Amino acid sequence: MIIAERKPIDEIKTFVKGKEKILLVACRGCVTVCNAGGTKEAGILASLLRLDAAKEGVPLKVDELTLERQCDPEYIFELSPSMGEKYDAILSMACSIGPQFIASAYPNEKVYPVLNTCFLGGALAHGVWAERCQACGNCIIHKFGGLCPISRCSKSLLNGPCGGSAGGKCEVSKEIDCVWQLIVEKVTSDGTMDEFLSLELVKDWRTSRDGGPRKIAREELLK
Amino acid sequence: MTKELKTKSHLEKVLSLGHFAVTGELGPPRHAKASDVEDKVSHLLGNVDSVNITDNQTAVVRMSSLSASVLAQRKGLEANMQMVCRDRNRIAMQSDILGAAALGINNLLILSGDHQSFGDHPQAKNVYDLDSINLIRTLKNMRDEGRLMSGQELPEDGRPRLFIGAAYNPFADPEDYRVIRAAKKVKAGADFMQSQCIYDMDRFRNFMSRAVDMGLTEKTYFLAGVTPLKSLGMAKYMKNNVPGITMPDFYIERLKGVPKDKQAEEGIKIACEQIEEFKEMKGISGVHLMLVEWEHMVPVIVKAAKLIPRPNV
Repeated sequence: MIIAERKPIDEIKTFVKGKEKILLVACRGCVTVCNAGGTKEAGILASLLRLDAAKEGVPLKVDELTLERQCDPEYIFELSPSMGEKYDAILSMACSIGPQFIASAYPNEKVYPVLNTCFLGGALAHGVWAERCQACGNCIIHKFGGLCPISRCSKSLLNGPCGGSAGGKCEVSKEIDCVWQLIVEKVTSDGTMDEFLSLELVKDWRTSRDGGPRKIAREELLK
Repeated sequence: MTKELKTKSHLEKVLSLGHFAVTGELGPPRHAKASDVEDKVSHLLGNVDSVNITDNQTAVVRMSSLSASVLAQRKGLEANMQMVCRDRNRIAMQSDILGAAALGINNLLILSGDHQSFGDHPQAKNVYDLDSINLIRTLKNMRDEGRLMSGQELPEDGRPRLFIGAAYNPFADPEDYRVIRAAKKVKAGADFMQSQCIYDMDRFRNFMSRAVDMGLTEKTYFLAGVTPLKSLGMAKYMKNNVPGITMPDFYIERLKGVPKDKQAEEGIKIACEQIEEFKEMKGISGVHLMLVEWEHMVPVIVKAAKLIPRPNV
């Protein structure tokens, strides 16, 4: 899923400054699962903003609303009845796709992103998420013991580990596992080292972002 | 081992004639003053066979490796131009390889490159389009097959005749895999390999004995990396802060045993002992002296280690 986290409150306050009536739009998709932009988090942020406004002695009305998803126009248009309220700003709590879709559907509204969209990943433990995919568009993890060197090696090496791998950690930070250490351990324990060594991959980045913004059109669904 | 020469490289010639080679290292300045490169060259000239010119090492912006290499060669010192995969994509790297060869560079040493988070522009976007092994293969194909990665042919007299260098690090992890990775570089086309700074001699001896057994040293010249310890502080720093360097406690103890003003001298003494062992070590064809920002000590160490005069070939 898409992993996101809320922007610092001070940055969000700059979005709200001088506004009297705002709408917080939460999302029930990925950002609910990663506890960043669901109904609960919208409630917390709304309280924070109301408290801050009260403290500053400025008027601020904060409405909250949750959409099923914000990456699909059919849900975005559920906002239409609320548009009669004449909000000074709409703050989307989805990944960056949400505020873009809202801004595109309602071009007269001022739309702000509440979250920073961070990466594609999963939960390692409660409250801990880690990157596992870079959406390069051509998955090759089966050649690396089921591990992704593109997203998990700081240098995206296909023939690692580099000379900075030490004690199972990446040279960039002791917080980062060296994925190449894990790959070597995995292919060694699988007994597939020989097959692995014969690989000499060169990545074709055309399927990645390097080929330009990507789009998929599925013929059978277009009819 | 005598081999048919692949290039016009002086270093290749020295190695192919069986001389114990000595290479140096020169870090280009963080400004545009050519005289800074020339001053450093003056300490190395006549004391090494060729000099590595680093490519924005530790991800700090410096004069480009190609420019400093040309400056060194104008002063009569052959350059081992370094190229890292961090800052350029395959288009720029192949282009710079063609340009380097056209400007008379004979040796190109290929590295992954330190991550930009270590340097003075941690905000930078990195590239890593190819990795070092991809780039070694690419350069070999350009030189020997006369083809770019695209398949575009190079005319016979327009191929980059570069002696291909690579790095090996027996001290990074996973330990058992390091010699296998070196083997991948040999297979990809490395003609010579220089190691990370060696302090842990036991681990290095093990590594080399495996490399010899695997036949790697028959195909590629292996040079041993030497960086004399300037002080006890430096030894401790290397032990605790540099990923991919292992520092045995007995060197730290040995430096502790001498007064502060004698530690550099002791460091040189240790380096000379190491060099004596490398001269005899099976599979080792020379030493790579890395005295970055301590270039003026190169004449001292090559004299003490009896590495001069350098062969005039």
